[in-house]
Order: sequence, then C-alpha cells, then structure tokens
Amino acid sequence: MATRLEVKKTYKLYVGGKFPRSESGRTYEVTSARGAFLANAAWGSRKDVRDAVTAARSAQPGWAGATAYNRGQVLYRVAEIMEGRREQFVAEVAASEGVTKPRATTIVDAAIDRWVWWAGWTDKIAQVLGNLNPVAGPYFNVSAPEPTGVIGIVAPQRSSLLGLVSVVAPVIAAGNSCVVLTSEQRPLPAITLSEVLATSDVPGGVVNVVTGPTAELAPWLAAHRDVDGIDLTGCAGADGVDATALEVAAADNLKRVLRPAADEPDWGTTDLERLRIFTETKTVWHPKGL
Amino acid sequence: MSPRFDYAPAPESTAVVDIAPSYDLFINGEFTAPLSERTFATINPATEEKLSQVAAAGADDVDRAVKAARRAYTRVWGPMPGAERAKYLYRIARILAERSREFAVLETLDNGKPIKESRDVDVPTAAAHFFYHAGWADKLEYAGLGAAPAPLGVVGQVIPWNFPLLMLAWKIAPALATGNTVVLKPAETTPLTALLFADVCRQADLPPGVVNIVTGAGETGQALVEHPDIDKIAFTGSTEVGKQIARSVAGTDKRVTLELGGKAANVVFDDAPIDQAVEGIVNGIFFNQGHVCCAGSRLLVQESVAEEVVHRLQRRLQTLRLGDPLDKNTDIGAINSQAQLDRITELTAAGEAEGATRWSPPCELPDRGFWFAPTVFTDVSQAHRIAREEIFGPVLSVLTFRTPEEAVARANNTTYGLSAGVWTEKGSRILWMADKLRAGVVWANTFNRFDPTSPFGGYAESGYGREGGRHGLAAYVTAEGTH
Amino acid sequence: MSASAAPSRARELLGVSALTNKALTSWLHGLPGIDAVGCEGRAAALSTRSIKTDAKAWAIDTAISMIDLTTLEGADTPGKVRALCAKAVTPDPVDPTTPRPAAICVYNDLVGIAREALGDSGIHVAAVATAFPSGRASLEVKLADTQDAVDLGADEIDMVIDRGAFLAGDYRTVFDQIVAVKEACGEAHLKVILETGELATYDNVRRASWLAMLAGADFIKTSTGKISPAATLPVTLVMLEAVRDWRDLTGVQIGVKPAGGIKTTKDALKYLVTLNEIAGEDWLTPQWFRFGASSLLGDLLQQRRKLATGVYTGSRDVTID
Repeated sequence: MATRLEVKKTYKLYVGGKFPRSESGRTYEVTSARGAFLANAAWGSRKDVRDAVTAARSAQPGWAGATAYNRGQVLYRVAEIMEGRREQFVAEVAASEGVTKPRATTIVDAAIDRWVWWAGWTDKIAQVLGNLNPVAGPYFNVSAPEPTGVIGIVAPQRSSLLGLVSVVAPVIAAGNSCVVLTSEQRPLPAITLSEVLATSDVPGGVVNVVTGPTAELAPWLAAHRDVDGIDLTGCAGADGVDATALEVAAADNLKRVLRPAADEPDWGTTDLERLRIFTETKTVWHPKGL
Repeated sequence: MSPRFDYAPAPESTAVVDIAPSYDLFINGEFTAPLSERTFATINPATEEKLSQVAAAGADDVDRAVKAARRAYTRVWGPMPGAERAKYLYRIARILAERSREFAVLETLDNGKPIKESRDVDVPTAAAHFFYHAGWADKLEYAGLGAAPAPLGVVGQVIPWNFPLLMLAWKIAPALATGNTVVLKPAETTPLTALLFADVCRQADLPPGVVNIVTGAGETGQALVEHPDIDKIAFTGSTEVGKQIARSVAGTDKRVTLELGGKAANVVFDDAPIDQAVEGIVNGIFFNQGHVCCAGSRLLVQESVAEEVVHRLQRRLQTLRLGDPLDKNTDIGAINSQAQLDRITELTAAGEAEGATRWSPPCELPDRGFWFAPTVFTDVSQAHRIAREEIFGPVLSVLTFRTPEEAVARANNTTYGLSAGVWTEKGSRILWMADKLRAGVVWANTFNRFDPTSPFGGYAESGYGREGGRHGLAAYVTAEGTH
Repeated sequence: MSASAAPSRARELLGVSALTNKALTSWLHGLPGIDAVGCEGRAAALSTRSIKTDAKAWAIDTAISMIDLTTLEGADTPGKVRALCAKAVTPDPVDPTTPRPAAICVYNDLVGIAREALGDSGIHVAAVATAFPSGRASLEVKLADTQDAVDLGADEIDMVIDRGAFLAGDYRTVFDQIVAVKEACGEAHLKVILETGELATYDNVRRASWLAMLAGADFIKTSTGKISPAATLPVTLVMLEAVRDWRDLTGVQIGVKPAGGIKTTKDALKYLVTLNEIAGEDWLTPQWFRFGASSLLGDLLQQRRKLATGVYTGSRDVTID
C-alpha cells in the first residue's frame, strides 16, 4: 500500500513582508539537536542583509507613526496567531532545542505570553520613560522616548523561540523595525514565527528575518550605515563570531550597541533594557506666554 | 545727522582672579607634579598672552588618578549614604555661586567667550547643575531606574573647550550624585576653571580622590579612556573622537555616553514670530561664537519669507559687538584657538569656492588674538560642505524650503541629530514638526535653552546617552538586568 | 502728512477700495505674531548693556532732553504748573550746561499757564486730551477737548485711543477717531496713547501701533500713567519695532514715547539702549523719542552731578517739583 508522500516545507527568508529565497541561491541543512535532518534553510548572503535593511528602513516611519494603541493591538494579534499554531511551535522547538515536549510547551507558552507582555507596553513606554521637566523659566519642556530606527539583531543561538521573541518584541514595541539574523543552527522556529508575523497585522518590513551563517552575515549588519542600533546577544556561543570586531564596526556610524553577555541568558524573565537602549529621548521646549 | 550712541568700554575687572604661573595635577585631593614631567601653556585667545603653564598628565599620572578614584570609591564615596553625598554637592553649588565672579572672569580669560555669557549662563548654570543633582543623591530609588540603582565605580570624563566649567558640571554632578568617583580631563586649551574647581572641592572638604583633574591633550584623554580600571566613560567633543572611543571600548565592560557634534537646522516658517525668530537665529549660531555643538548652523527658511528674514537678520547682525571678551557689552568674543580659527577659515573658504554668497557686517577685528567676524552664507545648497560639516564657529548657512515636508526632509538630511529649531505661530505644526525632527532637543519658538532638569543629547552620530534631568542619571547607575 | 491724507494712504497700503473694518482686521491680524517670552528675553538682554563714563554722560543729557516733564493730577494748580515749568527752564541751577526737557505735559486747561511760564525757552507744551485717561466720551467731546488745547497754544496733543473699541475688534472706530483728532490738531503734533496696560498682549500692542501709524499719528505712546503696568521695556521694544518697520514700508518716521513708571537713570539708559539697537540711531533725538515722566528728571540730574563731581549727591542737592 502506498503511503502518502509528505509535503515538505521550504524554509525561506522573510524580507519586506515576503518570503524570498536567498539571493545566494544556496541553502544549508538544519538538523535537530540530535543530528537528524530537519529541513533546508536559506543560506542568507550580504545582499539579503542589504535588502532586509532597505525593507526595514522603508517600513520604520510608518510603524513608528502608527498609534501606540494600534501597535499594541498588532503585537497582541501576534500572540493570538501563535496560540493557533502552538503545536507546530512546540514540535519545532522540541526538535531544534532537543528538549522534551512538555519543556517545549512551556517555552512556547512563555514566548506567547511574552508577546502579550510587550503588547501591553506600547502605550506605556512614553509614560514610563518620559516626563515633564520643571525648567527654571517660562517654558513647557517634555522628554519622551522615540524609536532609534532600524535595529540589527543577532538573535540568540540557543533559545530559538523564546529568546528570539524576547529580543524582537521590545524592539518593535518601541516602534523600531529590525533585521534579525536567526540562530544559525536553530533557525526553523524563526521562520515559522515569520509566517505568524506575516499573517498577523505586523506591516511588512517591520521584522525581517535572515537565516544563515552568523559569522559571515553579522559583520555586514554591524557595518551597515543605515542600521541605527545592534543587539549582539546572539554572539554568545556563536561559532567564529568576533563580537568585539562587530562593536568596532558598529562605531562607524555610532550604532547603539547591546553587548552580548558571556553566556546566553535563560530568558526566564525580561526587563526594559532593550527599550532603553533602542529608544532616543527627545526633549521639546516651548515658551509659555501670552 | 543723528548722534551716535557709542558705549564706552566697560571691562570687567580681572583683579578677582589669581592665576598661578603653573599648575600641577589634582590627584587624591592634592596638587601633585606630573610623573610625565611635561607641561603645556594655556593662553588667552583674545590676546595670545600666556596665562599659565599646566601639567600634561601621562599614562602613569592617569593611572595614579584612577587608583585614587578607585580607593575613594571603595572606601569612602561608594559606601557613603546618599544624604551625605547630597550635602557635599549642595556645598559645591553654594561655593560656585559665591565665587561666581572669579569663575566667570577666569573662564572668559581662558576661553575667549564674552563675560556676559560666562557670567549669565556658564557659571550660574554650572552651579544649578550641582544643586539639582545634589537633590537626587538620596532619591535614586525613585528615579525609575530600578529598585536599588547602584553606582558604576570610577568614571573617566573628557570634556571640551567650549563650555569648560559648565561641561565639567554636567559631568561631575550626576557622577557624584549617583555615588561614582571621577577622573576628569579638561580640554587642553581651557584647563583653568577645572583647576579652580579642584580648589572648590578642597574648600568643600570633598574626600580626597572623589574628584581628580588630569590636564593634558588628546594623549591624556586616550590614556584615560583606555585605562582598564575605568567603569564608564563620558565624553563630550567631536564625532570623530567619539567614534574612536566607541571603537576603543569595544569588547570591554566599559559603559559609554557620547555627546558629539551637530549641524542643527533652525526652521523658520512664513508665519513665524519674525522678530523673535531673528533673535533665535542670532542666539542659535552666534552664542559663544558658534562654538556650540547644538548651534543652529543651518537656517532653513520658507522661501516666501527668505528675503525678509535675511534682511532682518543682516540688520540685526550690525548691532552685534565683537571685541574684548571682558567687556560687559561684548556679544562676540574670541575664537578659542588658532587651530579652530584655521578650521573655520578653511570651511568658509570652501563655502565661497562652492558658490555660496558670503556676507558679514562691517566689523573691525582686533590685531591680536583669534577672531572671526559673524558670517552668513546665502545661496547654500544641501550638498555644500558648509551645509553638512560642523563648522563650530560664527558661520550661518541659509537654505530655503517650500513645504513642511521639505523642511523636515532637509532638516533630517544629516548624519547628526543633536538639536533643531522650529519657528511658527501654529501650534499643531510645531507638534507635527517636533515629532518628525530627528534630534535629541527640539526648541520651538526658542533656541539654545539649557536647564539641569532637561535631558540633553543626540540621535545618530551626535552620540548617545543623555545629560541632565532624570534621564541623565541612567548613564551613571547600573540599570536593571545589566550587572 | 495732512490728516485728510491718512485714509487714502491707508487704502493704498491695504490695497482696498474701501477701508472697512474687515479690511483693517485682516491687515492688522496679518502682522507677524510676537512670542512674549522671546520678546521679554530680548528686552532683558538689552538691559544688561553696561553704559559707563562718557557714554553715560551723553546718555543722561540725551535722556533729559527727551523728557516730557509731566504733571497730570486732579490737584494740579497754576502754582504747581509754574513751578514745574521753572524746573524745566532751569533744571540744574548750579550747572547751566544742563539740557532742558523737551516739553511740559499737562491737562489742557493748564496749557495757557504753562505756555506763559515757558516763554521763549523753546520747551514745548503738550496737553493730554480726548477725555484722558479713559477716553470714554463721544467723539464730539474728544474733538472739543483737543480744540481747547490747541487754542490755548499746545504744541503737542497726547490723545488716548478707544481701548473698548479696539478690544471689541472695532478697529475702524479707533482709526476714524485718530484721523479726526489729527485733523483737530492742526499744526500740533499728535501723540497717540495706546494704553498698553489695557491691551494685555504684545500682539495687540503691535496691532494698535500699526493702526495708530496708519491713521496718521506722529508719535505712538505707551501709557497714560494711570494704569498699571504703564511703560515697560518689552512693550516699548515692540513699539520701536513697529516704527522701524513702518519706515521700511512707507519711508515715514514716527516717534515713540514710553510714559509712566520710568523713574531712574538706570531705567532711562535701558530705554535708550533699546532705542539705539532696535530702531537705530535715527531715533536718538527728542524729535523722535520722549520719556513721559515726572520724577525721572530728578534722578537724571543727581546722576549727572555725580558724574561731574565724582561724589554721590544727596536728595536735598536737587530741586524738587
């Protein structure tokens, strides 16, 4: 009896709201934590990084210009759609990270809940990070955070979903757009997350996802002059990645840099650090008079 | 024929200052001779006369200063209750106010800025910074920076020559309020008020080593930045040096804040309060001879009123008084150094060569010292060097625009993002513009206002981090989740 | 310019065939706005000018020569006015080089007394008219008031505008009254008092200044002295900008008179500095600038003597009037 032939998924990049193949035309084998073949992923190139930055730049003003309420709803929608594809994420996380199904379930739940947490932040960031300043003179003076712009993210190598969400969500909650270099060895949940983003209401280009060799791609991202900030978290534990060299390259246009910790964190908790690093405080003065 | 109202000379007396023939380094509460055995002269840029000979700290001297700061941090300043730190800062604020005349005259002698500015802006604002930050020292847990913000340790600070004492205050006050100790390097052309501040520290009985002043040039600054026992670097200066610092700390745990250059657009709409706008343009670019990182060096004026605004501006510039910085009626003082004068001269020559139209009011320049007449370039295009590069001098480039969108596009068409100005009587347009302008400070219907409570700092290549206000504290404490 | 020419020039400047209130409104409201904080900041900056030695001596004499020495009390008597005139003719009995004030300013019933007391001293007589200080009377009464002063020999008429009409937006009424009073003035110079303390905003001061100039004022004057605040430096600055810009537009020079509350030499020097740097040197004469003041003269004389002798004078060294 002929068994049904499985339809295999082709994992591609996510750039500007579309799923292109890599410009390189190459793919690489992604295996499970135990070494079993899982899928082919796109071998992203420097030109894919360039295209992703272009897409991120063009999407950023519109995303920042949306109301904070709207951004909150969009991020909440991401959580809703993820919830609907929970089983797929559990399977991919279990395979990618080599954890048991219950553990993977816990991770996926935490990732969904993290979107919900950040969804609730969008319309509070300015209130918590901004304030009036009582200057000594007849002036209205207010300071409020604004998005830094386009943020490059070297995503965590180990935590393929929860870590990824933890670095992407705060960046876009604040109104930035981003270019994500996924975990090199565990890229599949990132592509599935991209499908979630594409089918939620996150505008194309706000999150761009490039799979491939971190050591080859990160220098292009770090040096790109149209990238305003870079999160180097994923340098921890990445093969052949020189975080110091990336930070040196980032200095060329004074990118805001989040340095990697010696070891990747466990992502059990979160905080406002990325909000602080990837926002700019703008202070506006105006006279008060008749 | 109308009579002329010539203001007679009104020089501020220099009797209040007592400049020593030479100065050592201020390390661990004492003035000590440099191990480097090197010194340099600091001169009065208005006369080119030598004011004093100042120690040039070498790497060994910087190391001594960092060690003193570390000891003071570990043994005294770090463990001290915030309420006690606060009282030291209040003392310093009071002493600065008491000795304000002395500081103002000394600043003007060493820097070349008009006495009315050092007297009315630099020194009182510096005192205000200490007073403001004193109050934070025992209230940091309320600053929204986590439940128990902790100091970072030893802070290396490198400051520029344009507002020597004020930049010192911007750096030292928040650092001390948050419990850090300091090694500060003043600019090589303006070390004297920092050295006088060392005397204030002693007068205030500040524990030795809490503030150390190492004078010197770029090499000294580099030794400070690269010293392995520095926890944080705060730098104000050029974007070029800021990038070098960012590179040099790569891969370390050092935290950095950078307050760098700018090329601010001052945007004037056709419905602007025109007389105040003209004042804002003048204040924006000619305050402190244009030696201001946030100077409104690009005037973007709506084409329909460009001719009138330029006419009024030129008329106004004829009343500016250039000359002896110590004269209380001087509006434009001396350029701080020969090197800076050369740079301004070079860039303005480029402006002419590129086809912009150059104008200055009739203006007699003194024979000695470094001087540059207020200069306005019209017919400037966005591609000209004078519209893109920071001149850091009394030179304004005038460009025009047609629509608000075009104004924003031109204003943001720069690698910098420190400040911007908007002039219009229409409230909703101000708020629209303030949203769109990519700059850390937006002055609407005013320009060049500063206050200790108001965060200051740039976007993009104007640097990162804020100084002043609640936001400025963040640069000097451990934020949640980092340490 | 003759009074009757004002309406036709106004129509020409506004580019309208009929000088309706609507036309005046859109013209006045089209003037650039004034940011109060910036305006006051500019005045404060000008106040920091340091005027010493020769410049101070020159400025004191200039200020004395610009004074409209004023008494405007219900209790004014012929004796009081004669004493004031004597003071104007001989400001400092021990120093005959002391300049004389520009004018004596009185209510119109005392113009004759002043005229006689001043003789051929060259000092002008200014009379307040038009139901001063409130201006609340019919136009007929205001014109009769003006005519009285002119008939008694007043060289200058200080009229008040109808602030009620101005604040109600009835600019045409204000314009017409100024035109009519100007007509009644004949050869006498007309100073138009805006009573800026009642106009509340700098924007209104600017509009009232332009309206008065449009209607043919020879001078614009801040205040009656009966309302607080009277003259302030920023208000005067706004009026100086107005006369400067008016000359740019029309070629016609108009004078400015701050009045009320200017009591010290220090104050007067600030006004002269502002005059110098805002309107320019062309205005630095009594023909184009006046101080409406009573006690200012005494302080100027004391400071003048201090400069001359090097010692501070006592209040008893200067004659009081």
